[in-house]
Amino acid sequence: MSGFARNDTSVIGRWWWTVDRWALGALAILGAFGALLILAASPPVADRLGLDPFYFVRRQFILMPLAAFILASVSLLSPKEVCRLAVAVFIGSLILLVMTLTSGAEIKGARRWISIAGLSLQPSEFVKPSFIVIAAWMFAQARLKRGSPGNFLIGGLFLLVIGLLLMQPDFGMAVVIAAVWFTQFFLAGLPLAWMAVLTVMAGGALAAGYFALPHVASRIDRFLDPATGDSYQVTTSMEAFMHGGLTGRGPGEGTVKEVLPDAHADFIFAVAGEEFGLFACLAIAGLFAFIMVRGFSRLMEENSLFVLLAGTGLLVQFGLQAIVNMASSLHLIPTKGMTLPFISYGGSSLIALSLGMGMVLALTRRRAGLGGTP
Amino acid sequence: MTGPGPSFPAKGRPARNAGIRTPGRPSHHRGHKLGRLGGTAKQALDTARNRLLMTGALFLIAFTVIGARLVDLTLLRDGHEPRLAQATGLGILKKERADIVDRNGVLLATSLTTASLYANPRRILDADEAVEKLKSALPDLDGKLTRSRLTSGRSFVWIYRHLTPRQKYAVNRLGVPGLYFQHEESRVYPHGNLAAHALGFSGIDHHGLAGIERSMNDELRESSDPLKLTLDIRVQSILHQELSRAREEYQAIGGAGLVMDAHNGEVLALVSLPDFDPNNPEDIDDEASFNRAALGVYEMGSTFKIFTTAMALESGTVGLDGGYDATEPIHIGRFTIRDHHPKRRWLTVPEILIYSSNIGAAKMASDVGVSGQRAFLRRLGMLNAAAIELPEVGAPLVPSPWRKINTMTVAYGHGLAVSPVQLATGIATMVNGGLLYPATLLPRIPRKTEKDERPPETGEPGSRVLSPDTSEQIRRLMRLVVVEGTGKKAAVQGYLVGGKTGTAEKSARGGYSDKALLSSFVSAFPMTAPRYVLFVMLDEPKGTEETFGYATGGWVAAPVVRRVIARTAPMLGIPPVNENAPEIQSEMMVNITPRGPSLASF
Repeated sequence: MSGFARNDTSVIGRWWWTVDRWALGALAILGAFGALLILAASPPVADRLGLDPFYFVRRQFILMPLAAFILASVSLLSPKEVCRLAVAVFIGSLILLVMTLTSGAEIKGARRWISIAGLSLQPSEFVKPSFIVIAAWMFAQARLKRGSPGNFLIGGLFLLVIGLLLMQPDFGMAVVIAAVWFTQFFLAGLPLAWMAVLTVMAGGALAAGYFALPHVASRIDRFLDPATGDSYQVTTSMEAFMHGGLTGRGPGEGTVKEVLPDAHADFIFAVAGEEFGLFACLAIAGLFAFIMVRGFSRLMEENSLFVLLAGTGLLVQFGLQAIVNMASSLHLIPTKGMTLPFISYGGSSLIALSLGMGMVLALTRRRAGLGGTP
Repeated sequence: MTGPGPSFPAKGRPARNAGIRTPGRPSHHRGHKLGRLGGTAKQALDTARNRLLMTGALFLIAFTVIGARLVDLTLLRDGHEPRLAQATGLGILKKERADIVDRNGVLLATSLTTASLYANPRRILDADEAVEKLKSALPDLDGKLTRSRLTSGRSFVWIYRHLTPRQKYAVNRLGVPGLYFQHEESRVYPHGNLAAHALGFSGIDHHGLAGIERSMNDELRESSDPLKLTLDIRVQSILHQELSRAREEYQAIGGAGLVMDAHNGEVLALVSLPDFDPNNPEDIDDEASFNRAALGVYEMGSTFKIFTTAMALESGTVGLDGGYDATEPIHIGRFTIRDHHPKRRWLTVPEILIYSSNIGAAKMASDVGVSGQRAFLRRLGMLNAAAIELPEVGAPLVPSPWRKINTMTVAYGHGLAVSPVQLATGIATMVNGGLLYPATLLPRIPRKTEKDERPPETGEPGSRVLSPDTSEQIRRLMRLVVVEGTGKKAAVQGYLVGGKTGTAEKSARGGYSDKALLSSFVSAFPMTAPRYVLFVMLDEPKGTEETFGYATGGWVAAPVVRRVIARTAPMLGIPPVNENAPEIQSEMMVNITPRGPSLASF
């Protein structure tokens, strides 16, 4: 696998020998699965919406090289540069997030999208990775520097982001950010008593979401008791896995994509299950697990608290989204519209995930020769 | 790579607060070589690593669960039995309305899922061809109307409602695109109009509009268990058949009939004629839907003399061996009370009943008095609407004010109008040992254990109206009427029928008409230990050649009673007895005249 000599000290050469090539490979395979499944799942959806059958395929395929480019170039950065990039992205996406509230297009009862130069963008996707990196920096600062205002600052920033997301409303995104933030706080040495308090608060927030947001309540009710309402989507999704069996019905032979409105996004895992079977699904789940384990094990050796917290946060966001998406399709949890990283259709999601995973690759690069930290 | 690593933002910033740190603890803000890691930083990193391990373990568990679930769904579940069908199976089985069954579980009303055919005209390729094909499957389809609907350009038009499975199959076989089925539920009464007035019917929106369907609407909609009624559809069928035959034979405008369990008030049959087919509620007219058995109230005539006699015997104003002078009609105010077949002599109490003497009954009631009579009739449930579980229940027409003249006319069944259900309930009380059981269509819960038994209040099931002795005397007298008196045509060999005729002139403008009669017969059987009360009434029957022009209860209603008892008694499990057996003779013996004993079976 060497295209570069060991003593090649060019930027690319050094990158190649220090980056986590196994994780990189796994991400590439995930992307390939994504391309395949978009081809399988999206034409019927586009057809139903009265679009050209390859509308989604074309849009996603145009973005894929861009995503690969972003992933690769971000992974070249040093931790310091990652942090700076995160601050820039965070400020930009926060401004856009505020703008969606005023000028965003309302889709299905929520304002999440904003149109910039003809491209529609979901700023909340970009808030996620950038906020995680900034939070990691502040947690590290607070932990290592007595008297620094990190804890208060990060708390205030957290409430601001969550508040903006709930105003859209985007409950799922808020839950993901809260979960990641909580994990980082936990890793940064949150006392156990505080953990108990925050757990209770998180429970309270979930309950408040249940009572304040009717669509959240309805989803949870339907999960607990399918008879209370329309559980058509998840029932169809489960049937898809049953029909697929061990080896699947074969590419293009699936039927769920004809009926599920979100076959190319939230329920793409069900399309994979029906057309490619258990092996493919286990492979996809395994790839996600592999990337997380690789990342975690490399972070274990890390000596920088900031890198450890940022890397963990980004990986947790990535893994959590994957788990929520797959578990929704399998009716293990109430349905929550969340994309399956690198596989579901969605431009903002793909670019933002490339950014995030590029940061992970950058943070997990071996810097041992430089004493563990650059 | 250069830069200070974790604390790079602090690069170039002097450790301003380094001074307040505990001496000896090295500052960590610069220099991050492994060997130079400070205590706080090392501690923080250790904590973070430990907790990172825990986080990683949690994620591995989550991925394992997802993998297990994948295996479970794809391999361990049968994909050919979709969960959808299982999950919603219970929901489909829950009908809009529960079934109704009779006391033996025979289906009286049910809800069937039927298919209705509709079309999406925009998907119809060739309307003419579609209509032609449809006509072959549904011959009575209106082709012209269907064609105009199919070419209407709308996206939904009904073609045919409530197809049979066979028709649905035929339409499916046509293979015409653009045709679809909508499942609907329709209420079906397999016995048609047999128990129409008891069952009632329900409307298109599955709400009960009459009868039990209406009064038990909530129960029927909420429960999925069948609702059991006290009706016995076999008895209902026989009563319906015989009453219909008599109504036709005597050209009566209507009729009513009732079979009741004498010991608990359960109604086994309830017929009102004319009736209707609840399967077609839109065709029902007011006349047919009128329930003569429960909603109609009538001046019942002589059947009331049973109540008058029981009241007199119970109050002790006269005994069975006593009597009254019926030689002369009674003149009171501008009224004259006379007998139809005057004997013009002194009559014993049994004779008053056998010959149906109005004069005798009026005198008997006079002796008891106005208030005594009112109290008695109130206890017997004659002054309040029957408690039967039907929305169509008539309240009695009670004389007001209730003077002496009213007491005299009520004594022989005029001036107080009650429903057949009320009358049958009263007769059951007369013969069952004196206990009142309000009529009911729902099986009566068995009485509580004797321990916590308290005497039931007036009107409650089981409240005492008569002493067992009086009830026993009334049984003998009712038997005597069939053996010796006006009810001979009701006799059925072996079943010890007892009863009383009633022939009332229907009130017309300004008085009574002797042309329009209400002829009835109320009976109980077997009289040694009565099990059932049977009431039959014909509204305005006309006499025939066979009845010599008579249309009285004894001529037109008593034969119906005879036929119904002859057919139902064996079915109801009543063993026939030898009516001439000495023990039965003595049990039914009544002294008709003061001169000497007479056997009721003579």
